[in-house]
Amino acid sequence: MAGTCEVTSDPKKRLRRTMLFLNAQRPSLMKDAYIYGPDSVILDLEDAVSENQKDAARFSLYNNLRSIDYGTVERIVRINGLDTPHWPEDVRASVAGGADGIRIPKCERACDVKRIEAAIEDAEREFSREPGCTLIMAAIESPRGVLNALDICESSERLFGVAISGGDFRAAMRTKYYPSGVEMASARGNVLLAARAAGVQCFDTVFTNLDDMDGFRAEVIMNREMGFDGKSIVNPRQIAIVHEIFTPTDKEIREALRVVRALRQNADEGVGVFLVDGKMIDAAFLSGAEHTIALARASGVLGEAL
Amino acid sequence: MDIKRGAVSGTLESSDVQVTIEPAANGIWLELSSSVMNQYSRQIRQVVLNTLSNLGVERANVTVVDRGALDSTIKARVECAVFRASEWEGAIPWQGLVK
Repeated sequence: MAGTCEVTSDPKKRLRRTMLFLNAQRPSLMKDAYIYGPDSVILDLEDAVSENQKDAARFSLYNNLRSIDYGTVERIVRINGLDTPHWPEDVRASVAGGADGIRIPKCERACDVKRIEAAIEDAEREFSREPGCTLIMAAIESPRGVLNALDICESSERLFGVAISGGDFRAAMRTKYYPSGVEMASARGNVLLAARAAGVQCFDTVFTNLDDMDGFRAEVIMNREMGFDGKSIVNPRQIAIVHEIFTPTDKEIREALRVVRALRQNADEGVGVFLVDGKMIDAAFLSGAEHTIALARASGVLGEAL
Repeated sequence: MDIKRGAVSGTLESSDVQVTIEPAANGIWLELSSSVMNQYSRQIRQVVLNTLSNLGVERANVTVVDRGALDSTIKARVECAVFRASEWEGAIPWQGLVK
């Protein structure tokens, strides 16, 4: 199936249901969190690291990237913001260490991505990395960032996706967390639309109350129903729930396979609209069904459903 | 690299190591204590000395309090302490002095 191989072979489109934040300054967290099997880790040089330990976190990050085998887990580094003196050295340490990608915090405009992209290009040259191998994701944390989301999503060939970050956004909107998610509706809707229009991935904000696993589950279900690709997470305990909700069920996979098969067959026979399991199906269903199959394959459950 | 002042890096948390570096008149003086002293003291000593040698540090008093850190963590903490103690300014020589 043409549309499905991409997911695993193009690093920009790989499976990213869970992106687990880890404080780059704390070796106890960094050394074994990947064992829990998130799709990606985000080694954090920004908010988790105090101002007087920024240098220490970089040494820790660099050596961690160079020496610890993360297996198939993707390693993203969250650098410090463009409004700090730290980000240029953060980019150099990340690229020198061989990070798979860089997460830009507090992204407000396409030119923010371009500045980081230029620094990455310089660092790839300096440290003899393959040009273009360091990917970018942008975190959108402000009303202006949300309004500029499409420009940001289309700002760089390296950009694989955008993440919404709720903490600063809620404060800027003069609201706070509500279980209904109504306070994040404008950001989620707009950033998702931009990501889909640009053909990049989209990740929802973290859920920080570890005592409220029911609230977490409800939010992840809403994320999946809205069409997110995954979620930034803060604790390994959150991984299993996200993977369970974001992995297609056997029933969904079998349905998707039947839809793809029926679409092919009917197209050959010149039929545009037809029924599968009592539901009206036409060509508009193809990309959705192919995505479900790709997700199942990337999650390692395609074989089980067949 | 010249050690110009005292500097500390790392914490006493589990899986971490705290490295203190101070100026010395000559040679490397290393004092080591570890929660896994019996099994690993030789290896920890080796990692600390290798790292100092790679950085070109020839004179320093070094105190290492290990809490079961990986080799890569020990290397990172020694490097950070040395760069702080040498009052290094400017870009860090990743893949150069910092192996």
